[in-house]
Amino acid sequence: MNKNIQFEVNDISKTFNRRKIFSDISFSLKQKESLVITGNNGSGKSTLLKICAGVLTPTKGKTIFFIDGKPLDNSYSFRFIGFVAPYLQLYDEFTGWENLQLACKLHEINDSRQAITPLLHRLRLWERRNDVYKTYSSGMKQRLKYAFALVHEPPVLFLDEPASNLDQQGSETICEIMKEQKQEGILIVATNDEHDIGVCDRVINLNVQRSISGVP
Amino acid sequence: MLFKLILFLWLSLVIVAGISFPITMNPIHWNELPMIPGLEDKARIIFFHAPLAWVTTLAFLVSLFHAVRYLGKKNFNDDIRSSASAGLGIMFCILATVTGSFWAKFNWGSFWNWDPRETSIFVLLLIYGAYFALRSSVEGEEKRATLSAVYAVIAGVTALFFIFVMPRIVEGLHPNEAIIVRGRISMNSTMLIIFLCSLVGYTALYMWLLRLRVRIAQLEFQLLEKGN
Amino acid sequence: MIRSTIASILVIFKKDLHSELRTRYALNALLMFVITTLSIILFSIGNESVSPELLAGILWVIVFFSSMSGLSRTFISEEEKGTVLTLHLLARPLTIYYGKLIFNTILLFSFNIFTVALFLIVVPGFTVANYGIFTITIILGTLGLASASTIIAAIIAKANTKGTLYPVLSFPILLPLLLTLINATKLSVDGAVLADAIGEFRIMISYMVVLTVISSFLFEYIWKE
Repeated sequence: MNKNIQFEVNDISKTFNRRKIFSDISFSLKQKESLVITGNNGSGKSTLLKICAGVLTPTKGKTIFFIDGKPLDNSYSFRFIGFVAPYLQLYDEFTGWENLQLACKLHEINDSRQAITPLLHRLRLWERRNDVYKTYSSGMKQRLKYAFALVHEPPVLFLDEPASNLDQQGSETICEIMKEQKQEGILIVATNDEHDIGVCDRVINLNVQRSISGVP
Repeated sequence: MLFKLILFLWLSLVIVAGISFPITMNPIHWNELPMIPGLEDKARIIFFHAPLAWVTTLAFLVSLFHAVRYLGKKNFNDDIRSSASAGLGIMFCILATVTGSFWAKFNWGSFWNWDPRETSIFVLLLIYGAYFALRSSVEGEEKRATLSAVYAVIAGVTALFFIFVMPRIVEGLHPNEAIIVRGRISMNSTMLIIFLCSLVGYTALYMWLLRLRVRIAQLEFQLLEKGN
Repeated sequence: MIRSTIASILVIFKKDLHSELRTRYALNALLMFVITTLSIILFSIGNESVSPELLAGILWVIVFFSSMSGLSRTFISEEEKGTVLTLHLLARPLTIYYGKLIFNTILLFSFNIFTVALFLIVVPGFTVANYGIFTITIILGTLGLASASTIIAAIIAKANTKGTLYPVLSFPILLPLLLTLINATKLSVDGAVLADAIGEFRIMISYMVVLTVISSFLFEYIWKE
């Protein structure tokens, strides 16, 4: 993560089947900054997060990543982001190791072994690395998703409900990961959990305003 | 209102002329139509079948045009126009296929022969059917509009292929390639006028119906928007 | 840049291949399908002698329906397993399209070799006079069928009634190709010379090229949510 990264969101609106979920959301984040998106269930937290990560198209507006000051072609943004969410599914029929190796190959990481091994150890999945994803418990699946998101050391990390399915130890590991991300890059979290909200410096609350700009 | 009235009169005259003008061996009077040996009275179907086939093709092209525009601009109006035109297209296509098979029965004794023209109109019918099958099985307006626009483009390209490829494939027995040529030559001015009037009339009918359908769809859309 | 794209395309292809070899869904379905269909046809033919031209048509009908039973799996499985989001995070749309196109092409090749071999062995009265025409037809036909079937599979994977919709959408699109393939097969059975079939081959090649190019433009519209 040696590149300088900036993330900008301009006038994002999303309408689903005539229902307006939110509109005119704008903000920008520099390196070492973090943002939390909160709101009731159904307020559009995950939707906004997905739009920011580039996996959902907004009805209006756009998102831009700046690498060393230059705007990035959005079709490559996936290289620079990591994404964890309860609704993310890895490949059932592949082992933990194979899932991570797939990510390495597609992110053009030459030495996959070197990238994967420390992550698996840190997330306490090393023992189960050769078992297929289908056999993992929900906590293990969540931890593998973190490995999947971090294997290419993305400068921007998107987390939807970061602590879901995790036990005490898992939550602590995640906390560390979030702190590290804040120090090195950009962190954006969508959650209702009080503790996770406290981790980030800026807040967007979708309950209060469906239309937000210039977040304090 | 005036337009509706004129259109009504126009088409009525065309239909009356097409059905009632007498057919004689050597047309002399202004309202007499030439006799095509073997066809006689049955030739009258050309006043109706050909314009229908033309309109269904036009409807397809309009639908395709708006599909491409929708993919470019994501303006919902284009999707409304695309599907409205397709709806009319399928109706005219069914009529064209039915009248065409009657023509085939008159001329060659069987309702269906799988020659290039008949196969093409049948494929167009299949494409229309597939288009609506797709639309009815996608939830979400935006997804429905995008997917059906994509399919319309693929179908359009295929149809183009078909037109250029067909002559090679099937040794046709649509001898009205010859008849049409002969027909044009032996179509006297009266027949030609009625034919062209029919063409214009049915095209105008299509355009009028299209405007109505688009208008209705747009009003529905606005009502639902206000409701939210 | 190009090399890395090609490398990524091959990774997607190998992932699908790996997955298929592990679960063998499509292969199993196909095996039973071809055996059942051929049995039914042989049974209905009985002792009658059927013209080779008709048999040529029947061969491609079997190939068409076996494509319908196997080629949509690559996209439908991603939707059903919920891994579409995962792919969005791993590769660009076009990379995914080409990877899956290659997968479907290889899959269809293996289907067709099996089907054709079985057909030649088991069906009486179907003897190929010009194997040159026949082989080229099978190869070009497979390429063309795969290219059209893949883009349609991408479309129906996003719809509701996937299974029945697939043949409904595919048939009009594939019809020009199928007619050409049947024609060329007839030529090969009648003992025509290779030069006679050049027209058909040209159509097959241009069909495949046109459909692949069109699909490349359209795929992103289908894939992006």
